[in-house]
Amino acid sequence: MSSLQFDIAHLLAGSLVLASFMMLYQDRLYALLNVYAMHAGVLALSVAWQAYVQQAPHLYLTAAIALVFKAIIIPVALHRIIKQLGIHREIENVIGIGLTMMAGIGLVALSMVVMLRVTPGADALAREDLAFALSVVLLGLLIMVTRRNAVSQVVGFMSLENGLVLAATGAKGMPLVVEISVAFSVLIAFIVIGIFLFRIRERFDSVDVQALDRFRGERR
Amino acid sequence: MKIDALTAILLIPAISAALLAVLPGYALTARFNVVAAFATFLTSLSLFVVEPNSGQYLLVDDLNKVFIVLTTFVGFTTSVFSASYINHEVETGRLTPAFLRFYHAMYQTLMFAMNLALVANNIGLMWVAVEVATLTTVLMVGIYRTHEALEAAWKYFILGSVGIALALFGTILVYMAARPVVGEGLDGMVWTVLVEHASQFDPALLNVAFVFLLLGYGTKVGLAPLHAWLPDAHAEGPTPISAVLSGLLLNVALYALLRFKMMLAVNPAAIAPGPLMVTMGLISVIFASLMLYRRRDIKRMFAYSSIEHMGIIVFAFGMGGPLANFAGLLHMTMHSLTKSAIFFAVGHIAQVKGTQKIADIGGLTVTNPVLGWGLMLGVVAIVGLPPLGIFMSEFLVVSSTFARAPWLTGILVLGIIIALGGLLLRAGSVMFGEPKGPTAPAEASYVPMFTHLALVALAGIYLPPALVTGFTNVAKLLG
Repeated sequence: MSSLQFDIAHLLAGSLVLASFMMLYQDRLYALLNVYAMHAGVLALSVAWQAYVQQAPHLYLTAAIALVFKAIIIPVALHRIIKQLGIHREIENVIGIGLTMMAGIGLVALSMVVMLRVTPGADALAREDLAFALSVVLLGLLIMVTRRNAVSQVVGFMSLENGLVLAATGAKGMPLVVEISVAFSVLIAFIVIGIFLFRIRERFDSVDVQALDRFRGERR
Repeated sequence: MKIDALTAILLIPAISAALLAVLPGYALTARFNVVAAFATFLTSLSLFVVEPNSGQYLLVDDLNKVFIVLTTFVGFTTSVFSASYINHEVETGRLTPAFLRFYHAMYQTLMFAMNLALVANNIGLMWVAVEVATLTTVLMVGIYRTHEALEAAWKYFILGSVGIALALFGTILVYMAARPVVGEGLDGMVWTVLVEHASQFDPALLNVAFVFLLLGYGTKVGLAPLHAWLPDAHAEGPTPISAVLSGLLLNVALYALLRFKMMLAVNPAAIAPGPLMVTMGLISVIFASLMLYRRRDIKRMFAYSSIEHMGIIVFAFGMGGPLANFAGLLHMTMHSLTKSAIFFAVGHIAQVKGTQKIADIGGLTVTNPVLGWGLMLGVVAIVGLPPLGIFMSEFLVVSSTFARAPWLTGILVLGIIIALGGLLLRAGSVMFGEPKGPTAPAEASYVPMFTHLALVALAGIYLPPALVTGFTNVAKLLG
């Protein structure tokens, strides 16, 4: 593999981590969605590049799914839902942005230390990809735990899933990658948009998970 | 594709799910659901007579036969219970016929997904199956569309998805570890191939992979501290789903974990998965048994008891060795049977009394003697009093591990005793004392409940030699 190929793959995977960081500090839902669309776009580029480098044409399909479904359809649909529900207000964070960013930096450092240490045998591209992918996964988790709003939790989950797709495509020759990414996308669309948001809207007039918290299971 | 018993246990639920989604009339579809579940159960029994060939995608061996038969059996009895349960739900208007069509289709989809997870020979396919099972149960937990049900479903969806995502990352890492040895492509995810070559895998990568798999599938098993979804999901969904969740879905996730444990056991340089599992098991037991004391909702209480028992089972498998594995398997079977029987009783009780609050239920043995004593028998069984099956399996867990790790086993026994106190205390107030709430007789089907309890009671006194040899073989397989 030429060093240019490696550098581009590196750049794209690194951009994905950067986009995850950008999602961490967004305090408006629309802005968060826009960053997510960019996140998915970068993922599509990264997957397409892997398809080219590995000469694995089926990965182009995964890239296309990422581009069309995750970068365009889902953000547009979520935009509409937000508009319909009238919740384009600020997102309430559980902890301050400064602390969240510090935690994010810590998580990226952690994943670098863990993944680079355990994969000395693997080829450099897969290694870096895996380390970046774990960072994206952990940052996605962080987004999910620091947001109270249901839509932003879903966005966090989707960014986490982007990290998984990055890891799966980085693992050269892994079977079922396309199937897994299709399954993930369909299920996300089906469950999240189709059912939960509408039901929650219907019952609560809010998609703020804090509203849910009032109805804690342990009834008194 | 050739149709044999192996594909049939997948095809029957899959086709039934499609049919149930379009068939009208809930009385008819409830019966059809029972018939489909029974057909799947019979097919799974045939696995013992003729063993189908395993391929690159599907696999049948001694280990998953036990799980499949248990899953299809409890799936069948639960469908019988569900038929009488939903009748009442429709009468009281909590569910509409349109929702029931959806409910039955989801029930069979869940059976399909669990069977697929159990027979999958491909770790990617297994992951997809566990994911589908999770999502179908999310939909069913939220089916009542009350505030509590939606919160429970949302919590379950978020935590379940995170767990499942971590498990996928672990699966990818396993493939990364396998690739240099078995080559690129499908072989790198076929479980039988992986186990064969696992001794040459990079141990460091395997270690990290197992940590992710343990956290991921452990969430689905309901191990503390990853259990937060479990009590809500059990309490707020329809009771047949609570029975299937506790009795079966937790086992399926555990099965996935056991497969990976077997893979790690082949590689001497990798970490021993045992201690990790023992620790998480013990934490779950102690935590859940303490939590039993302050429960106000009867279904939540039994959900915590499920966490406790999954802890005991994971502890037993974590200790390893033929005896402890045998005890773990037996305990898993007994727990599935007993816990689903308890949920059958609790489901009808909650319908009669119109509440799940422990404080509002009382004197059941007077007002509804059959249900009351049935639940009492179930509680006596679940806390592990002799001579019932759970006493037997808990005794085996303790006696097979005590010599090796007296301190750890001591903690386990402490947890079991705390749980015994908590459950008997609460159950006593429900069962005896002043009758509270409506006293109408229950329109219940007692057959599934008493079938399970009879099996548990029988196992406490006499284990058929065929079962013992079968379990012994599996226990050896588990290492």
